[in-house]
Amino acid sequence: MASLKQRAIDVYSWFERRLGLGAPAIEAAEHEVPSSTSSWWYVFGSAATVILVLQVVTGILLALVYAPTASHAWSSLEFLDHNVPLGWYLRAMHGWGSDFMVAIVLIHLTQVFLFGAYKFPRELTWIVGVFLLLLTLGMAFTGQVLRFDQDAYWGLGIGASILSRVPLVGGALVDLMLGGPIIAGPTLSRFFALHVFVIPGILLALVGLHVWMVLRLGINEWPMPGRLVSKKTYTQQYHNLTEKTGIPFVPDAEWKDAVFAAAILLAIMACAFWFGPFGPTGQPDPTIIQTAPKPDFAFLWIYAVLAYLPPSLETPVLFIAPILVIGAMLLLPLVSGEGEKHWSRRPVALLMVAVISVTLGAFTRLAMYTPWSPVMNAWTSDPIPVADLNDRTPLEREGALVLQNKQCRNCHSIGGIGGMRGPALDSVASRMTEDQIIRQVLQGGGNMPAYGNALNPSETTALVHFLLTLRGGNLTPAIDASRQMVQSSEQPPPPSRQTTPGER
Amino acid sequence: MEQDEMNPSDPLLPGEANATEPPGNPKSAGHSRRVFLFKMSLLLNGAVGAILAIPIIGYLLGPALRKNSSEDSWIDLGPLTGFPEGETRLVNFRNPATTPWDGQTGDIPCWVRHISGDDFQVFAINCAHLGCPVRWFAQSRLFLCPCHGGAYYEDGSRASGPPERGLFEYPHKMVSGNLMIYAGKMPTLAAGNCAKPGHQTLTQIQASPAPTFADAEELKPPDISRPGAKSWPA
Repeated sequence: MASLKQRAIDVYSWFERRLGLGAPAIEAAEHEVPSSTSSWWYVFGSAATVILVLQVVTGILLALVYAPTASHAWSSLEFLDHNVPLGWYLRAMHGWGSDFMVAIVLIHLTQVFLFGAYKFPRELTWIVGVFLLLLTLGMAFTGQVLRFDQDAYWGLGIGASILSRVPLVGGALVDLMLGGPIIAGPTLSRFFALHVFVIPGILLALVGLHVWMVLRLGINEWPMPGRLVSKKTYTQQYHNLTEKTGIPFVPDAEWKDAVFAAAILLAIMACAFWFGPFGPTGQPDPTIIQTAPKPDFAFLWIYAVLAYLPPSLETPVLFIAPILVIGAMLLLPLVSGEGEKHWSRRPVALLMVAVISVTLGAFTRLAMYTPWSPVMNAWTSDPIPVADLNDRTPLEREGALVLQNKQCRNCHSIGGIGGMRGPALDSVASRMTEDQIIRQVLQGGGNMPAYGNALNPSETTALVHFLLTLRGGNLTPAIDASRQMVQSSEQPPPPSRQTTPGER
Repeated sequence: MEQDEMNPSDPLLPGEANATEPPGNPKSAGHSRRVFLFKMSLLLNGAVGAILAIPIIGYLLGPALRKNSSEDSWIDLGPLTGFPEGETRLVNFRNPATTPWDGQTGDIPCWVRHISGDDFQVFAINCAHLGCPVRWFAQSRLFLCPCHGGAYYEDGSRASGPPERGLFEYPHKMVSGNLMIYAGKMPTLAAGNCAKPGHQTLTQIQASPAPTFADAEELKPPDISRPGAKSWPA
């Protein structure tokens, strides 16, 4: 046994004498860190690195089969899902790994922000981290494109349409993005090159830089309220803290990272196993227009913002907001590199995290059910509730038919079914008078197109009569108060003074 | 394996370097000459790098440097009899510029509206907001976009929703009983992206101002509020 052990040491020494990497690596692993950093709050960065390795490995395995051409990418994904043993599982791991990666990177960023870890001397670590976030999102977007299905095709269309709005160079940027006049073979090829070579190359290099700086500058100590960072004294303070409470990173602090990384890997595998791979949805055939394209989870909030921005603000916001946000993130450690680290003494930081996460969460939630989009098949699939047809005159029932045939249901719901683009019609007659309904139907306005050209007079009459019966369980019909005033001021008051409020 | 005598983490080179150092040759001799040669080598590599970079940048920018006119051309959509008067139909065409590996992505749909006689309109499938595929609803005479709810009237003008303008329209002409359109490039808002020989851009359909509640009292006939709209022959 002893000779075997000696043999192993000899082999190690032979390599070590020539490589010289073992000693510095061991030294780096065993370097002392403040004991307070051995915390379950400090595990997200290493978990993101582990997922990155998983993504690289699963990505290479997928590339063994994937055909990066517009004509065959989709069918090679179907082939992976159905014909290659466990191909579906590898696709699922890569897809779920991507979602977990974005989530863990965002949590890591939030934790680092709340713990003031970006302050002196770790400003550059934060700045590199901001680029790592952008590259991670870049991987997520280009990865969605490689899943070359309907969502990818029209997602590229959205990307090109956004780029085309850049002043002066918009057209050239669209050409560069698409690689040709339309979304086609060259487009997929360049996104393949970005996803497989360019972005991962930069990403891995910057991760190396990021980890190197963490080792060189030391892990951020657990912040204490009132312990302020000053450029003059911080280095000495951190050194003293490490002297006093230092523990070797491996194994004393590292075991928590390892346990969390294992848990995350298990979670990815579980999601992949139970929920399976993402898509591909329909074929990337632009002539199949029966589709409602949607971006992947990480970009749903942008999709929602683009629906809610007023048209005139859209282009400025699209190009100025990202510059401001990214610029602010990059400048943050340079502007506020000293001072309080603890979140309890940084109310603005805490408030920002709360507001930003609630905003992103709300937009993401909205984009999951897209209330702004017409429900394209509501008019053929969703019947008028029977209660709204009972005891109605033939004219009113004819109006219900008009409502259905003219696709009003695509944007307006009745009985909770139908589009949410316009207001629900269940109690429309309690909000609008007959005149207002006629005007709104014929001329449109607000968010509604004018239907004057799509309805003949008899259809309009029938429709309006039906709408006037929709009073949400017998609410009072809407009345036009001003009309009453006009009528009473124009005409001499009738001697008996009996103007009933509902009368027109 | 031979036994290594020294500590494995000791650097290997210095001892050997001393041994191979030619005796009696001070390190500083010739230093300035070598610095000069080093600077010259930097210059040389800078020049080679520039020569290397120019074609690479040209290759990278290739798609943006191509002339627009080479991408658009006249495409035959078929005989006029295929487009009944008063109807708006989806028509697919093969994009004039494709690669053999484009597959289905080279097939581009468009909406052909036959108004009457020789009066046609041909709309791009792409919503003027962000390029999603708009769908025609014949009953309500509207194009609706599934992405963000943009809506257009039958003549392509903006009806409601986020688009700032009407649908993109392809130039068209009639040649010996066939409908031809001038297309080949994905229509976007970028200027100069939709050039036509003799013409400047795709027809830009102006958005009509949506009627507000201020003119509600007047109850104008619907056409007045939408000058771009053509009335439907009932």
